[in-house]
Amino acid sequence: MTPSRAATLVALRRVGKTFPNGTVALAELDLDVRAGEFLALLGPSGCGKSTALRLIAGLTAPTQGAVAWPQAQHAMRSDGRIGFVFQEPTLMPWASVSDNVALPLKLRGAPAATTVARVEATLARVGLEKFGSAYPRELSGGMRMRVSIARALVTEPQILLMDEPFAALDEITRFKLNDDLLQMWQTLRTTIVFVTHSVFESVYLASRVVVMAARPGRVFTELAIDAPYPRDAAFRTSSDYAAICRRTSDALAGAMAAGGGA
Amino acid sequence: MTDRMLRIVLPIAVLVLGLAIWEAVVRLENIPPYVLPAPGAILQTLIADRILLLRSLGVTLTTTVEGFLLATVGGVGLAILFNQSRLVEYSLYPYAVILQVTPIVAVAPLLLIYLPQQAAVLVCAWIVAFFPVLANTTLGLNSVDRNLAALFSLYGASRRQVLWRLELPSALPYILGGLRIAGGLSLIGAVVAEIAAGSAGAGSGLAYRIAESGYRLNIPRMFAALLLLSVAGIVIFYLLSLVNHLALRHWHESALEAEK
Repeated sequence: MTPSRAATLVALRRVGKTFPNGTVALAELDLDVRAGEFLALLGPSGCGKSTALRLIAGLTAPTQGAVAWPQAQHAMRSDGRIGFVFQEPTLMPWASVSDNVALPLKLRGAPAATTVARVEATLARVGLEKFGSAYPRELSGGMRMRVSIARALVTEPQILLMDEPFAALDEITRFKLNDDLLQMWQTLRTTIVFVTHSVFESVYLASRVVVMAARPGRVFTELAIDAPYPRDAAFRTSSDYAAICRRTSDALAGAMAAGGGA
Repeated sequence: MTDRMLRIVLPIAVLVLGLAIWEAVVRLENIPPYVLPAPGAILQTLIADRILLLRSLGVTLTTTVEGFLLATVGGVGLAILFNQSRLVEYSLYPYAVILQVTPIVAVAPLLLIYLPQQAAVLVCAWIVAFFPVLANTTLGLNSVDRNLAALFSLYGASRRQVLWRLELPSALPYILGGLRIAGGLSLIGAVVAEIAAGSAGAGSGLAYRIAESGYRLNIPRMFAALLLLSVAGIVIFYLLSLVNHLALRHWHESALEAEK
């Protein structure tokens, strides 16, 4: 599948977002997310990449421009077609792992039998099938993030939005979760938009990297990452990977210069 | 000796020492019981008057429990109502504060004029106890994790689902904290009202016994009644702490064993 030929799943057209306190988070943002691609939004803090993600999710409304879903017949929200993973695991501490993962299904009143089956299947997909009855506090940071990903996947979303999900994890855990995420993406063929401030993470994961600049938040440039999937540890140490990372770093440096530094 | 044992042994040692000194001073100085009764004499009175005192304890505890339950229902209910409607909150909150800040000792005699005695005592217990429940529940309902709230919105949760599945569980530790304060306060409210009623010449609760014994210079019975009130307060506090622990032990930081 060549991402560039795929249909547009969601299009942001001249989107602006100004917060009530006057901060301009985004201005004139044009961004197409194509069906099936793994898109990384890369940029310094304050470039509005998280805001862009929340706009796509419909968690906040643009002050200018529009977010359009060309192919969607129904509203995308409240149908479980959008999955969202926050930087923190954001689990309900009072509920077991299973109950946390079941939340999206329960909120839309899915029958109990299907809920149980899908929760079990999704937990197995993230490698936590034995931890359904555990409470979040009993799990490590990496496992909590897996629960969070399972909760986002349980509705079989068309698009998975991830807001720096692995930023707070140690490197070993992060690499493992990167690999597992790539594998899930290839199996499920869902679309992923992944916000990160790590050049290395964006190049390793994404089929396309959009580099954003700050003040005001906007798209600075984009790079197609043509390295074939599946990508693994060999790719991480290859000279190809190093070369792409260098190009991406240069682009990011340009974006930071354009945004008036860090 | 472990830290845990010290926590139990040391207070008991202080108690025994204090009682021994008290008993010794009363005996050596020949202090009459209407000035200061010895611990032994108080214990004797407690046993001799047990039927009267326990019946009075029952009356006071019934008022306390009823006041506490009404405070729980009223405090949590009002907080949910405030949470659902800003207009209701703006309209009623100042009056909740007024109820809280007006000294109950001053309000009790007035209530006794307008209400039947039992009802007046109950209203006093309720007024004192309900505000911490209201304030804590309100704080808890407003302390929901923003990202979890965003998630509920993303999945199209209804107002009711947000309340039951997100806001009330988030608020539970705060509510239980409020209840722990309210338990002791409703006992205080009941006692204040009974004393006020007692001075008006009616009542049969434990606080009334204290007032009555005071007029009759039956000081040992005053101490015995006071002891029972104190024990009742301690039991209420630990019962509510137990409920708190059982409800939160799986997940809330406050109920977790310290990691060693």
